[in-house]
Amino acid sequence: MTPEEWTAVRLSLLVATTATLASLPFGIAIAWLLARRTFWGKSLVDTLVHLPLILPPVVTGYLLLISFGRRAPIGAFLADNFGIVFSFRWTGAALACAVMGFPLLVRAIRLSIEAVDTRLESAAGTLGARPLWVFATITLPLCMPGVIAGAILCFAKAMGEFGATITFVSNIPGETQTLPSLIYTLTQVPDGDAGALRLTLVSIVISMLALLGSELLARRIGVKQMAA
Amino acid sequence: MSLDVDVDHAREAFRLSARFSAAPGLTALFGRSGSGKTTLVDIVGGLIRPDRGKVAVDGQVLVDTERSLFVPKHRRRIGYVFQDSRLFPHLSVRRNLLYGRWFTREDGDGAAADLASVVKLLGIEHLLERQPASLSGGEKQRVAIGRALLAHPRLLLMDEPLASLDEARRAEILPYIERLRDEAGVPILYVSHSVAEVARLATTVVILTDGKVTAAGPVADILSQADSGDGGSVLDATVARHDEAYQLSVLASAAGQLQVPRLSAPVGAHVRAYIRARDVMLSLEPPQGISALNVLSGRVAGIVPAANGAQADVRLDCNGAMLTARLTAKSVQGLALAPGRPVHAVIKSVSFERS
Repeated sequence: MTPEEWTAVRLSLLVATTATLASLPFGIAIAWLLARRTFWGKSLVDTLVHLPLILPPVVTGYLLLISFGRRAPIGAFLADNFGIVFSFRWTGAALACAVMGFPLLVRAIRLSIEAVDTRLESAAGTLGARPLWVFATITLPLCMPGVIAGAILCFAKAMGEFGATITFVSNIPGETQTLPSLIYTLTQVPDGDAGALRLTLVSIVISMLALLGSELLARRIGVKQMAA
Repeated sequence: MSLDVDVDHAREAFRLSARFSAAPGLTALFGRSGSGKTTLVDIVGGLIRPDRGKVAVDGQVLVDTERSLFVPKHRRRIGYVFQDSRLFPHLSVRRNLLYGRWFTREDGDGAAADLASVVKLLGIEHLLERQPASLSGGEKQRVAIGRALLAHPRLLLMDEPLASLDEARRAEILPYIERLRDEAGVPILYVSHSVAEVARLATTVVILTDGKVTAAGPVADILSQADSGDGGSVLDATVARHDEAYQLSVLASAAGQLQVPRLSAPVGAHVRAYIRARDVMLSLEPPQGISALNVLSGRVAGIVPAANGAQADVRLDCNGAMLTARLTAKSVQGLALAPGRPVHAVIKSVSFERS
Protein backbone atom coordinates (compact mmCIF):
# COMPACT_ATOMS: atom_id res chain seq x y z
CA MET A 1 0.00 0.00 0.00
CA THR A 2 1.17 3.51 -0.74
CA PRO A 3 1.69 6.12 2.02
CA GLU A 4 -1.30 7.99 0.59
CA GLU A 5 -3.49 4.91 1.07
CA TRP A 6 -2.22 4.36 4.63
CA THR A 7 -3.01 7.98 5.44
CA ALA A 8 -6.57 7.56 4.17
CA VAL A 9 -7.07 4.38 6.21
CA ARG A 10 -5.71 6.02 9.38
CA LEU A 11 -7.81 9.11 8.78
CA SER A 12 -10.94 7.05 8.23
CA LEU A 13 -10.40 5.14 11.47
CA LEU A 14 -9.82 8.41 13.34
CA VAL A 15 -12.90 10.04 11.81
CA ALA A 16 -15.15 7.04 12.41
CA THR A 17 -13.98 6.50 16.00
CA THR A 18 -14.34 10.18 16.83
CA ALA A 19 -17.77 10.35 15.22
CA THR A 20 -18.99 7.27 17.13
CA LEU A 21 -17.60 8.19 20.54
CA ALA A 22 -18.67 11.83 20.32
CA SER A 23 -22.22 11.03 19.27
CA LEU A 24 -22.67 8.17 21.76
CA PRO A 25 -23.66 10.31 24.82
CA PHE A 26 -26.09 12.34 22.72
CA GLY A 27 -27.41 9.20 21.09
CA ILE A 28 -28.07 7.56 24.47
CA ALA A 29 -29.75 10.71 25.81
CA ILE A 30 -32.02 11.11 22.77
CA ALA A 31 -32.80 7.39 22.69
CA TRP A 32 -33.76 7.49 26.38
CA LEU A 33 -35.98 10.54 25.84
CA LEU A 34 -37.73 8.88 22.91
CA ALA A 35 -38.10 5.56 24.72
CA ARG A 36 -39.15 6.73 28.17
CA ARG A 37 -40.61 10.22 28.02
CA THR A 38 -43.58 11.86 26.41
CA PHE A 39 -43.10 15.53 25.64
CA TRP A 40 -44.36 18.16 23.28
CA GLY A 41 -42.63 17.88 19.90
CA LYS A 42 -41.51 14.31 20.42
CA SER A 43 -42.41 13.22 16.89
CA LEU A 44 -40.57 16.26 15.52
CA VAL A 45 -37.40 15.20 17.37
CA ASP A 46 -37.93 11.66 16.13
CA THR A 47 -38.24 12.90 12.55
CA LEU A 48 -35.20 15.17 12.76
CA VAL A 49 -33.08 12.33 14.12
CA HIS A 50 -34.14 10.08 11.25
CA LEU A 51 -33.86 12.70 8.54
CA PRO A 52 -30.25 11.89 7.50
CA LEU A 53 -31.37 8.32 6.89
CA ILE A 54 -33.85 9.32 4.19
CA LEU A 55 -32.34 12.50 2.76
CA PRO A 56 -29.80 12.15 -0.04
CA PRO A 57 -26.37 12.31 1.69
CA VAL A 58 -25.39 15.19 -0.58
CA VAL A 59 -28.33 17.18 0.80
CA THR A 60 -27.25 16.47 4.38
CA GLY A 61 -23.70 17.52 3.47
CA TYR A 62 -24.95 20.71 1.86
CA LEU A 63 -27.11 21.52 4.91
CA LEU A 64 -24.02 21.05 7.08
CA LEU A 65 -22.06 23.31 4.76
CA ILE A 66 -24.54 26.15 4.98
CA SER A 67 -24.88 25.89 8.75
CA PHE A 68 -21.42 24.77 9.95
CA GLY A 69 -19.24 26.39 7.23
CA ARG A 70 -16.62 28.94 8.26
CA ARG A 71 -18.93 31.83 7.49
CA ALA A 72 -22.24 30.09 8.20
CA PRO A 73 -24.12 31.09 11.39
CA ILE A 74 -23.32 28.11 13.64
CA GLY A 75 -19.86 27.57 12.17
CA ALA A 76 -18.85 31.20 12.69
CA PHE A 77 -20.20 31.18 16.24
CA LEU A 78 -18.29 28.02 17.17
CA ALA A 79 -15.09 29.27 15.52
CA ASP A 80 -15.20 32.71 17.15
CA ASN A 81 -16.15 31.58 20.64
CA PHE A 82 -14.61 28.12 21.03
CA GLY A 83 -12.08 27.95 18.22
CA ILE A 84 -13.82 24.88 16.80
CA VAL A 85 -13.60 24.81 13.02
CA PHE A 86 -15.31 22.14 10.93
CA SER A 87 -15.02 23.27 7.36
CA PHE A 88 -12.36 21.47 5.33
CA ARG A 89 -10.95 19.82 8.47
CA TRP A 90 -11.02 16.17 9.55
CA THR A 91 -13.32 17.31 12.41
CA GLY A 92 -15.84 18.30 9.76
CA ALA A 93 -15.61 14.83 8.27
CA ALA A 94 -16.27 13.43 11.75
CA LEU A 95 -19.29 15.71 12.15
CA ALA A 96 -20.72 14.62 8.82
CA CYS A 97 -20.19 10.96 9.71
CA ALA A 98 -21.72 11.45 13.14
CA VAL A 99 -24.84 13.05 11.67
CA MET A 100 -25.18 10.27 9.11
CA GLY A 101 -24.66 7.53 11.70
CA PHE A 102 -26.85 9.10 14.38
CA PRO A 103 -30.21 7.62 13.28
CA LEU A 104 -28.74 4.11 13.32
CA LEU A 105 -27.21 4.71 16.74
CA VAL A 106 -30.42 6.10 18.24
CA ARG A 107 -32.64 3.42 16.72
CA ALA A 108 -30.64 0.53 18.14
CA ILE A 109 -30.31 2.08 21.59
CA ARG A 110 -33.94 3.17 21.74
CA LEU A 111 -35.15 -0.34 20.96
CA SER A 112 -32.97 -1.85 23.66
CA ILE A 113 -34.04 0.75 26.25
CA GLU A 114 -37.65 0.00 25.44
CA ALA A 115 -36.88 -3.66 26.10
CA VAL A 116 -35.62 -2.93 29.62
CA ASP A 117 -38.34 -3.74 32.15
CA THR A 118 -39.55 -0.48 33.71
CA ARG A 119 -40.61 -2.49 36.74
CA LEU A 120 -36.93 -3.07 37.51
CA GLU A 121 -36.41 0.67 37.31
CA SER A 122 -39.20 1.39 39.77
CA ALA A 123 -37.85 -1.32 42.07
CA ALA A 124 -34.49 0.48 42.05
CA GLY A 125 -36.35 3.70 42.87
CA THR A 126 -37.95 2.17 45.96
CA LEU A 127 -34.45 1.17 47.09
CA GLY A 128 -33.46 4.83 47.18
CA ALA A 129 -31.89 5.36 43.75
CA ARG A 130 -32.44 8.73 42.10
CA PRO A 131 -33.57 8.59 38.44
CA LEU A 132 -30.07 9.31 37.15
CA TRP A 133 -28.67 6.49 39.28
CA VAL A 134 -31.41 4.16 38.16
CA PHE A 135 -30.35 4.89 34.61
CA ALA A 136 -26.65 4.39 35.31
CA THR A 137 -26.97 1.21 37.37
CA ILE A 138 -30.00 -0.54 35.88
CA THR A 139 -31.11 0.80 32.49
CA LEU A 140 -27.70 1.38 30.92
CA PRO A 141 -26.14 -1.98 31.88
CA LEU A 142 -29.25 -3.83 30.75
CA CYS A 143 -29.41 -2.10 27.37
CA MET A 144 -25.65 -2.39 26.80
CA PRO A 145 -25.96 -4.95 23.98
CA GLY A 146 -28.11 -2.43 22.10
CA VAL A 147 -25.67 0.38 22.80
CA ILE A 148 -22.84 -1.72 21.40
CA ALA A 149 -24.86 -2.71 18.36
CA GLY A 150 -25.78 0.93 17.75
CA ALA A 151 -22.19 2.07 18.15
CA ILE A 152 -20.96 -0.54 15.67
CA LEU A 153 -23.62 0.43 13.14
CA CYS A 154 -22.65 4.07 13.57
CA PHE A 155 -18.96 3.21 13.19
CA ALA A 156 -19.62 1.17 10.05
CA LYS A 157 -21.73 3.93 8.59
CA ALA A 158 -18.97 6.44 9.38
CA MET A 159 -16.32 4.25 7.75
CA GLY A 160 -18.34 4.17 4.55
CA GLU A 161 -19.72 7.71 4.54
CA PHE A 162 -19.01 9.47 1.29
CA GLY A 163 -21.68 11.85 -0.03
CA ALA A 164 -22.19 14.11 2.99
CA THR A 165 -18.47 14.18 3.77
CA ILE A 166 -17.27 15.12 0.31
CA THR A 167 -19.99 17.79 0.00
CA PHE A 168 -19.26 19.30 3.40
CA VAL A 169 -15.47 19.11 3.68
CA SER A 170 -14.35 18.15 0.17
CA ASN A 171 -11.61 15.61 -0.59
CA ILE A 172 -8.31 16.97 0.74
CA PRO A 173 -5.52 14.36 1.02
CA GLY A 174 -4.32 14.03 4.61
CA GLU A 175 -7.13 16.15 6.01
CA THR A 176 -10.52 15.04 4.72
CA GLN A 177 -9.68 12.31 2.24
CA THR A 178 -11.21 9.27 3.92
CA LEU A 179 -11.10 5.74 2.61
CA PRO A 180 -14.21 5.98 0.39
CA SER A 181 -13.09 9.37 -0.92
CA LEU A 182 -9.71 7.95 -1.92
CA ILE A 183 -11.32 4.91 -3.55
CA TYR A 184 -13.50 7.30 -5.52
CA THR A 185 -10.46 9.41 -6.49
CA LEU A 186 -8.51 6.32 -7.55
CA THR A 187 -11.31 5.15 -9.79
CA GLN A 188 -11.17 8.52 -11.56
CA VAL A 189 -7.48 8.27 -12.48
CA PRO A 190 -5.75 5.86 -14.86
CA ASP A 191 -3.82 3.03 -13.11
CA GLY A 192 -5.86 3.57 -9.96
CA ASP A 193 -7.55 0.16 -10.10
CA ALA A 194 -4.98 -1.71 -8.03
CA GLY A 195 -5.09 0.91 -5.26
CA ALA A 196 -8.90 0.95 -5.30
CA LEU A 197 -8.95 -2.83 -5.00
CA ARG A 198 -6.47 -2.82 -2.10
CA LEU A 199 -8.54 -0.24 -0.25
CA THR A 200 -11.70 -2.18 -0.94
CA LEU A 201 -10.15 -5.23 0.72
CA VAL A 202 -9.01 -3.12 3.68
CA SER A 203 -12.51 -1.75 3.95
CA ILE A 204 -14.04 -5.24 4.00
CA VAL A 205 -11.56 -6.44 6.64
CA ILE A 206 -12.24 -3.46 8.92
CA SER A 207 -16.00 -3.93 8.63
CA MET A 208 -15.77 -7.63 9.41
CA LEU A 209 -13.49 -7.03 12.40
CA ALA A 210 -15.89 -4.42 13.75
CA LEU A 211 -18.84 -6.77 13.37
CA LEU A 212 -16.95 -9.66 14.95
CA GLY A 213 -15.76 -7.49 17.83
CA SER A 214 -19.26 -6.27 18.58
CA GLU A 215 -20.60 -9.80 18.44
CA LEU A 216 -18.02 -10.98 20.98
CA LEU A 217 -18.59 -7.99 23.25
CA ALA A 218 -22.37 -8.36 23.18
CA ARG A 219 -22.08 -12.07 23.86
CA ARG A 220 -19.79 -11.51 26.85
CA ILE A 221 -22.22 -9.04 28.36
CA GLY A 222 -25.15 -11.30 27.59
CA VAL A 223 -23.42 -14.28 29.15
CA LYS A 224 -22.62 -12.30 32.27
CA GLN A 225 -26.24 -11.25 32.67
CA MET A 226 -27.63 -14.71 32.16
CA ALA A 227 -24.83 -16.52 33.97
CA ALA A 228 -25.96 -19.48 35.98
CA MET B 1 -44.69 3.72 63.33
CA SER B 2 -47.93 4.99 62.02
CA LEU B 3 -49.24 5.07 58.49
CA ASP B 4 -52.21 7.21 57.57
CA VAL B 5 -53.77 6.93 54.16
CA ASP B 6 -56.76 8.81 52.81
CA VAL B 7 -56.83 8.81 49.03
CA ASP B 8 -59.08 8.78 45.99
CA HIS B 9 -57.84 7.49 42.70
CA ALA B 10 -59.73 6.70 39.53
CA ARG B 11 -58.44 4.71 36.61
CA GLU B 12 -60.75 3.83 33.75
CA ALA B 13 -63.80 2.17 35.26
CA PHE B 14 -62.19 1.54 38.62
CA ARG B 15 -62.51 3.90 41.57
CA LEU B 16 -60.37 3.60 44.67
CA SER B 17 -61.49 5.58 47.65
CA ALA B 18 -59.72 4.36 50.73
CA ARG B 19 -58.97 5.62 54.17
CA PHE B 20 -57.16 3.66 56.85
CA SER B 21 -54.41 3.81 59.44
CA ALA B 22 -51.90 1.09 60.17
CA ALA B 23 -50.47 0.28 63.58
CA PRO B 24 -47.05 -1.28 64.24
CA GLY B 25 -46.63 -4.94 63.36
CA LEU B 26 -47.99 -6.50 60.21
CA THR B 27 -51.04 -4.88 58.66
CA ALA B 28 -52.73 -7.02 56.04
CA LEU B 29 -54.57 -5.41 53.14
CA PHE B 30 -57.05 -8.10 52.35
CA GLY B 31 -59.48 -8.38 49.48
CA ARG B 32 -60.31 -10.12 46.22
CA SER B 33 -58.21 -9.50 43.13
CA GLY B 34 -59.28 -6.25 41.54
CA SER B 35 -60.29 -4.70 44.85
CA GLY B 36 -57.53 -2.10 44.56
CA LYS B 37 -54.97 -3.53 46.99
CA THR B 38 -51.98 -3.15 44.71
CA THR B 39 -53.02 0.34 43.61
CA LEU B 40 -53.22 1.36 47.23
CA VAL B 41 -49.78 -0.06 48.02
CA ASP B 42 -48.34 1.59 44.90
CA ILE B 43 -49.69 4.90 46.15
CA VAL B 44 -48.02 4.41 49.53
CA GLY B 45 -44.77 3.39 47.83
CA GLY B 46 -44.82 6.37 45.48
CA LEU B 47 -45.25 4.42 42.25
CA ILE B 48 -48.65 6.00 41.61
CA ARG B 49 -49.65 9.58 42.23
CA PRO B 50 -53.21 9.60 43.59
CA ASP B 51 -55.84 11.93 42.13
CA ARG B 52 -56.62 13.29 45.54
CA GLY B 53 -55.62 12.67 49.12
CA LYS B 54 -52.96 12.37 51.72
CA VAL B 55 -50.40 9.78 52.77
CA ALA B 56 -48.30 10.22 55.90
CA VAL B 57 -45.77 7.95 57.62
CA ASP B 58 -44.83 8.74 61.20
CA GLY B 59 -46.33 12.18 60.81
CA GLN B 60 -44.21 12.96 57.73
CA VAL B 61 -46.53 13.83 54.87
CA LEU B 62 -45.48 12.01 51.70
CA VAL B 63 -48.42 12.95 49.53
CA ASP B 64 -50.81 15.84 49.92
CA THR B 65 -52.57 16.75 46.71
CA GLU B 66 -54.03 19.89 48.21
CA ARG B 67 -50.55 21.26 48.81
CA SER B 68 -49.21 19.68 45.58
CA LEU B 69 -46.82 17.69 47.72
CA PHE B 70 -45.41 14.46 46.35
CA VAL B 71 -42.26 12.90 47.77
CA PRO B 72 -40.67 10.76 45.02
CA LYS B 73 -40.26 7.08 45.77
CA HIS B 74 -36.48 7.23 46.15
CA ARG B 75 -36.80 9.67 49.05
CA ARG B 76 -39.53 7.83 50.96
CA ARG B 77 -37.45 5.08 52.58
CA ILE B 78 -40.29 2.66 52.03
CA GLY B 79 -39.18 -0.83 51.04
CA TYR B 80 -41.25 -2.70 48.46
CA VAL B 81 -41.30 -6.45 47.90
CA PHE B 82 -43.08 -7.10 44.63
CA GLN B 83 -45.14 -10.09 43.60
CA ASP B 84 -42.53 -10.85 40.92
CA SER B 85 -39.30 -10.46 42.84
CA ARG B 86 -37.81 -7.94 40.36
CA LEU B 87 -34.21 -8.84 41.13
CA PHE B 88 -31.70 -7.07 38.90
CA PRO B 89 -30.64 -9.74 36.40
CA HIS B 90 -27.20 -8.27 35.74
CA LEU B 91 -26.15 -8.22 39.39
CA SER B 92 -25.20 -11.09 41.68
CA VAL B 93 -27.38 -11.85 44.70
CA ARG B 94 -24.87 -10.08 46.93
CA ARG B 95 -24.93 -6.94 44.81
CA ASN B 96 -28.71 -7.07 44.59
CA LEU B 97 -28.84 -7.18 48.38
CA LEU B 98 -26.41 -4.30 48.73
CA TYR B 99 -28.03 -2.15 46.03
CA GLY B 100 -29.89 0.08 48.47
CA ARG B 101 -26.74 0.64 50.50
CA TRP B 102 -25.33 2.89 47.80
CA PHE B 103 -28.04 5.39 48.60
CA THR B 104 -28.35 5.21 52.37
CA ARG B 105 -25.50 6.87 54.18
CA GLU B 106 -24.24 4.00 56.30
CA ASP B 107 -20.70 3.39 57.44
CA GLY B 108 -19.01 0.28 56.12
CA ASP B 109 -18.96 -1.71 59.37
CA GLY B 110 -22.62 -1.26 60.14
CA ALA B 111 -23.59 -2.24 56.63
CA ALA B 112 -21.47 -5.40 56.72
CA ALA B 113 -23.05 -6.45 60.02
CA ASP B 114 -26.47 -5.71 58.54
CA LEU B 115 -25.82 -7.89 55.54
CA ALA B 116 -24.72 -10.74 57.77
CA SER B 117 -27.78 -10.55 60.00
CA VAL B 118 -30.30 -10.17 57.16
CA VAL B 119 -28.69 -12.99 55.22
CA LYS B 120 -28.93 -15.17 58.32
CA LEU B 121 -32.52 -14.15 59.05
CA LEU B 122 -33.58 -15.18 55.54
CA GLY B 123 -31.30 -18.21 55.22
CA ILE B 124 -29.66 -17.10 51.97
CA GLU B 125 -25.96 -17.40 52.90
CA HIS B 126 -25.33 -19.99 50.23
CA LEU B 127 -26.86 -17.88 47.46
CA LEU B 128 -24.73 -14.75 47.73
CA GLU B 129 -22.47 -15.35 44.73
CA ARG B 130 -25.21 -16.69 42.46
CA GLN B 131 -26.98 -14.81 39.66
CA PRO B 132 -30.74 -14.24 40.05
CA ALA B 133 -31.55 -16.27 36.93
CA SER B 134 -30.35 -19.43 38.68
CA LEU B 135 -32.55 -19.06 41.78
CA SER B 136 -35.84 -20.82 42.46
CA GLY B 137 -38.98 -18.73 42.97
CA GLY B 138 -38.82 -19.04 46.74
CA GLU B 139 -35.14 -18.12 46.84
CA LYS B 140 -35.79 -15.09 44.64
CA GLN B 141 -38.48 -13.83 46.98
CA ARG B 142 -36.24 -14.25 50.02
CA VAL B 143 -33.50 -12.28 48.29
CA ALA B 144 -36.04 -9.61 47.30
CA ILE B 145 -37.15 -9.31 50.92
CA GLY B 146 -33.53 -9.02 52.05
CA ARG B 147 -32.80 -6.39 49.43
CA ALA B 148 -35.73 -4.27 50.60
CA LEU B 149 -34.71 -4.68 54.26
CA LEU B 150 -31.10 -3.66 53.64
CA ALA B 151 -32.22 -0.30 52.26
CA HIS B 152 -33.25 0.45 55.87
CA PRO B 153 -36.91 1.14 55.20
CA ARG B 154 -39.13 2.62 57.87
CA LEU B 155 -42.03 0.70 56.37
CA LEU B 156 -42.02 -2.44 54.26
CA LEU B 157 -44.65 -3.03 51.58
CA MET B 158 -45.22 -6.61 50.47
CA ASP B 159 -47.54 -7.13 47.52
CA GLU B 160 -48.64 -10.77 47.57
CA PRO B 161 -45.04 -11.94 47.88
CA LEU B 162 -46.18 -15.57 47.88
CA ALA B 163 -48.71 -15.40 45.06
CA SER B 164 -46.38 -16.68 42.35
CA LEU B 165 -45.19 -19.63 44.44
CA ASP B 166 -46.53 -23.13 44.89
CA GLU B 167 -47.71 -24.46 48.24
CA ALA B 168 -44.34 -25.91 49.24
CA ARG B 169 -42.45 -22.70 48.45
CA ARG B 170 -45.01 -20.71 50.43
CA ALA B 171 -44.49 -22.90 53.44
CA GLU B 172 -40.77 -22.29 52.98
CA ILE B 173 -41.09 -18.49 53.09
CA LEU B 174 -43.86 -17.94 55.63
CA PRO B 175 -41.63 -18.58 58.66
CA TYR B 176 -39.17 -15.97 57.37
CA ILE B 177 -41.91 -13.37 57.09
CA GLU B 178 -42.98 -14.21 60.64
CA ARG B 179 -39.41 -13.73 61.84
CA LEU B 180 -39.27 -10.47 59.95
CA ARG B 181 -42.40 -9.27 61.72
CA ASP B 182 -41.18 -10.39 65.14
CA GLU B 183 -37.43 -9.74 64.95
CA ALA B 184 -36.61 -7.08 62.38
CA GLY B 185 -38.93 -4.53 63.93
CA VAL B 186 -39.95 -3.05 60.59
CA PRO B 187 -43.68 -2.42 60.24
CA ILE B 188 -45.14 -4.24 57.25
CA LEU B 189 -48.08 -3.51 54.97
CA TYR B 190 -48.91 -6.88 53.47
CA VAL B 191 -51.24 -7.41 50.53
CA SER B 192 -52.98 -10.76 50.33
CA HIS B 193 -56.12 -12.46 49.19
CA SER B 194 -55.47 -15.60 51.19
CA VAL B 195 -57.32 -15.92 54.49
CA ALA B 196 -54.83 -18.48 55.76
CA GLU B 197 -51.90 -16.14 55.13
CA VAL B 198 -53.64 -13.21 56.77
CA ALA B 199 -54.69 -15.31 59.77
CA ARG B 200 -51.17 -16.51 60.24
CA LEU B 201 -49.27 -13.28 59.74
CA ALA B 202 -51.38 -10.25 60.43
CA THR B 203 -51.65 -8.14 63.54
CA THR B 204 -54.18 -5.80 61.96
CA VAL B 205 -56.42 -6.38 58.96
CA VAL B 206 -57.82 -3.86 56.52
CA ILE B 207 -60.47 -5.28 54.20
CA LEU B 208 -60.80 -3.72 50.80
CA THR B 209 -63.90 -4.32 48.67
CA ASP B 210 -64.27 -2.69 45.24
CA GLY B 211 -61.84 0.08 46.12
CA LYS B 212 -63.34 0.85 49.52
CA VAL B 213 -62.27 -0.06 53.03
CA THR B 214 -65.14 -2.11 54.42
CA ALA B 215 -63.59 -3.20 57.71
CA ALA B 216 -60.40 -2.63 59.67
CA GLY B 217 -59.15 -3.78 63.05
CA PRO B 218 -57.32 -6.53 64.95
CA VAL B 219 -57.08 -9.78 63.02
CA ALA B 220 -59.21 -11.89 65.37
CA ASP B 221 -62.12 -9.44 65.24
CA ILE B 222 -62.08 -8.88 61.51
CA LEU B 223 -61.63 -12.43 60.26
CA SER B 224 -64.55 -13.56 62.43
CA GLN B 225 -66.89 -11.22 60.64
CA ALA B 226 -69.10 -12.92 58.13
CA ASP B 227 -68.38 -10.64 55.21
CA SER B 228 -64.66 -11.29 55.18
CA GLY B 229 -64.60 -14.17 52.74
CA ASP B 230 -65.21 -17.62 54.17
CA GLY B 231 -65.99 -16.23 57.60
CA GLY B 232 -63.46 -18.16 59.60
CA SER B 233 -62.40 -17.37 63.13
CA VAL B 234 -59.01 -17.02 64.71
CA LEU B 235 -58.32 -18.33 68.20
CA ASP B 236 -55.19 -17.43 70.11
CA ALA B 237 -53.87 -20.40 72.07
CA THR B 238 -50.78 -21.84 73.70
CA VAL B 239 -49.47 -25.39 73.51
CA ALA B 240 -50.35 -26.97 76.88
CA ARG B 241 -48.81 -30.42 76.33
CA HIS B 242 -48.13 -33.08 73.73
CA ASP B 243 -49.81 -36.47 73.81
CA GLU B 244 -47.13 -38.67 72.26
CA ALA B 245 -49.18 -41.87 72.41
CA TYR B 246 -51.85 -40.54 70.07
CA GLN B 247 -49.63 -38.01 68.32
CA LEU B 248 -51.78 -35.12 69.46
CA SER B 249 -51.12 -31.70 70.92
CA VAL B 250 -53.38 -30.12 73.50
CA LEU B 251 -53.90 -26.40 73.21
CA ALA B 252 -55.26 -24.04 75.82
CA SER B 253 -57.34 -21.12 74.61
CA ALA B 254 -59.82 -18.75 76.20
CA ALA B 255 -62.62 -20.78 74.65
CA GLY B 256 -61.38 -24.06 76.13
CA GLN B 257 -59.05 -26.93 75.28
CA LEU B 258 -58.44 -28.08 71.74
CA GLN B 259 -56.84 -31.35 70.63
CA VAL B 260 -55.08 -31.28 67.30
CA PRO B 261 -52.62 -33.43 65.34
CA ARG B 262 -49.15 -33.20 66.91
CA LEU B 263 -47.60 -29.76 66.30
CA SER B 264 -43.88 -29.18 66.12
CA ALA B 265 -44.14 -26.09 68.33
CA PRO B 266 -42.77 -26.62 71.87
CA VAL B 267 -44.92 -26.61 75.02
CA GLY B 268 -45.75 -23.04 75.97
CA ALA B 269 -45.46 -21.78 72.39
CA HIS B 270 -48.07 -19.35 71.21
CA VAL B 271 -50.10 -20.56 68.24
CA ARG B 272 -52.93 -19.11 66.23
CA ALA B 273 -55.71 -21.42 65.17
CA TYR B 274 -57.88 -20.72 62.18
CA ILE B 275 -61.30 -22.35 62.14
CA ARG B 276 -63.46 -22.08 59.05
CA ALA B 277 -67.11 -21.28 59.69
CA ARG B 278 -68.30 -24.26 57.67
CA ASP B 279 -66.24 -26.60 59.85
CA VAL B 280 -68.26 -25.73 62.94
CA MET B 281 -71.51 -27.55 63.85
CA LEU B 282 -73.80 -26.51 66.66
CA SER B 283 -75.62 -28.66 69.19
CA LEU B 284 -78.04 -27.59 71.92
CA GLU B 285 -77.16 -30.59 74.15
CA PRO B 286 -73.59 -31.56 75.04
CA PRO B 287 -72.92 -34.00 72.19
CA GLN B 288 -72.10 -37.59 73.13
CA GLY B 289 -70.77 -40.49 71.15
CA ILE B 290 -69.30 -38.48 68.34
CA SER B 291 -65.89 -38.73 66.74
CA ALA B 292 -65.03 -35.04 66.84
CA LEU B 293 -62.52 -34.32 69.61
CA ASN B 294 -63.16 -30.64 69.98
CA VAL B 295 -66.35 -29.33 71.52
CA LEU B 296 -66.47 -25.79 72.87
CA SER B 297 -69.27 -24.25 74.86
CA GLY B 298 -70.55 -20.74 74.33
CA ARG B 299 -73.50 -18.51 73.76
CA VAL B 300 -74.94 -17.16 70.54
CA ALA B 301 -73.77 -13.57 70.14
CA GLY B 302 -75.39 -12.76 66.84
CA ILE B 303 -76.79 -14.23 63.63
CA VAL B 304 -75.89 -12.82 60.23
CA PRO B 305 -78.04 -14.19 57.40
CA ALA B 306 -76.24 -14.66 54.08
CA ALA B 307 -77.42 -12.69 51.07
CA ASN B 308 -78.94 -15.73 49.37
CA GLY B 309 -81.12 -16.54 52.41
CA ALA B 310 -80.16 -20.22 52.49
CA GLN B 311 -77.37 -19.85 55.01
CA ALA B 312 -76.50 -17.83 58.07
CA ASP B 313 -73.34 -17.21 60.03
CA VAL B 314 -73.88 -17.70 63.75
CA ARG B 315 -71.39 -15.84 65.91
CA LEU B 316 -70.59 -17.46 69.23
CA ASP B 317 -69.06 -16.00 72.32
CA CYS B 318 -66.99 -18.79 73.85
CA ASN B 319 -65.80 -17.30 77.10
CA GLY B 320 -64.69 -14.12 75.36
CA ALA B 321 -63.28 -15.74 72.22
CA MET B 322 -65.37 -15.31 69.10
CA LEU B 323 -66.19 -18.28 66.91
CA THR B 324 -68.35 -18.39 63.77
CA ALA B 325 -70.45 -21.30 62.54
CA ARG B 326 -72.01 -21.37 59.09
CA LEU B 327 -75.36 -23.15 59.18
CA THR B 328 -78.30 -23.46 56.87
CA ALA B 329 -81.16 -21.08 57.56
CA LYS B 330 -83.27 -24.16 58.21
CA SER B 331 -80.99 -25.33 61.03
CA VAL B 332 -80.98 -21.89 62.58
CA GLN B 333 -84.75 -21.98 62.69
CA GLY B 334 -84.96 -25.64 63.72
CA LEU B 335 -82.69 -25.08 66.72
CA ALA B 336 -84.45 -21.81 67.52
CA LEU B 337 -81.11 -20.09 67.76
CA ALA B 338 -81.21 -16.57 69.12
CA PRO B 339 -78.70 -14.29 70.84
CA GLY B 340 -77.96 -15.42 74.38
CA ARG B 341 -78.81 -19.07 73.78
CA PRO B 342 -76.17 -21.47 75.14
CA VAL B 343 -74.85 -23.93 72.55
CA HIS B 344 -72.04 -26.43 72.02
CA ALA B 345 -69.80 -25.98 69.01
CA VAL B 346 -68.43 -29.13 67.42
CA ILE B 347 -65.30 -28.35 65.46
CA LYS B 348 -64.61 -30.68 62.57
CA SER B 349 -61.22 -29.40 61.57
CA VAL B 350 -58.78 -26.73 62.51
CA SER B 351 -55.84 -25.36 60.64
CA PHE B 352 -53.25 -24.46 63.20
CA GLU B 353 -50.82 -21.79 62.33
CA ARG B 354 -47.75 -21.06 64.32
CA SER B 355 -47.20 -17.47 65.31
